[in-house]
Amino acid sequence: MIGRWLWAAVAGGLFGFGLVLSRMIDPRRVQGFLDLADWDPTLMLVMVSAVSTTMIGYRLVLKRPRPVVEDRFQLPTATAIDGRLAMGAVVFGLGWGLAGYCPGPALTAAVLGFREPLIVLAGVAAGSLLFDLYRRRAGRKPVR
Amino acid sequence: MIEGMPVFQALGGGVLIGLGAILLMLGEGRIAGISGILGGALTGERGDRGWRLAFLLGLGGGGFLASVLGLAAGAERTGYPMVLLLFAGLAVGFGARLGSGCTSGHGVCGCARLSPRSLVATLVFCSAGMLTVAALRMAEVLS
Repeated sequence: MIGRWLWAAVAGGLFGFGLVLSRMIDPRRVQGFLDLADWDPTLMLVMVSAVSTTMIGYRLVLKRPRPVVEDRFQLPTATAIDGRLAMGAVVFGLGWGLAGYCPGPALTAAVLGFREPLIVLAGVAAGSLLFDLYRRRAGRKPVR
Repeated sequence: MIEGMPVFQALGGGVLIGLGAILLMLGEGRIAGISGILGGALTGERGDRGWRLAFLLGLGGGGFLASVLGLAAGAERTGYPMVLLLFAGLAVGFGARLGSGCTSGHGVCGCARLSPRSLVATLVFCSAGMLTVAALRMAEVLS
């Protein structure tokens, strides 16, 4: 049990340290990347670096029959590129641009005592609850 | 633009983020998607919560360590309109659930797996974010 949690904690630790080191907890950097009128490429460098590292690492790791502490790899199985995916990304991107915070940096910055991400996180919690309500209502509709 | 670009911090930070994602896959066999991990930690099944909470505690701990080393200096913004922050959070929370992922799940892990869904989601949320920031400029919230 401890081993299981330790893997996750160390993984989270590297992730959080990386978010701070790369300045991604600064919402002005994030909005700067999204600002074509005065473009700041920092976020792009972070993404290119993180994605290429992960790509190489996943190739090696996924050759194993199973992960170290669990019995199987749990990779997403959905393949549909549909309206739900696109609408979700549009709404997410709207919020991301509006504040310059997404969930990872918001959580990390909140732990450092930053005030703004606390408000963002309150919104995230409300948005997630709203989604549960929406899905429950949407789930009832096709019955008729 | 904020003066200067932290090239080495950006590349080094990206490598660490990638190593975190790799380690979570190697140990737990899971994708490092923060919104999914957070959602499951709050409302998921009991037995599935431990590793999620551990990851989130680690996330805060790693960030805290970096800030103790002075790496977070000057990263806090203040004075941004509160109503925008709240509405932004609402959209981020709702959108991440509807689109099954955020910047980490789709943007880092999904793109690293060359998942077509994640590549599309990443392109779409970056475009939507760019339009939003352009609108903020027009409304003179950003200058």
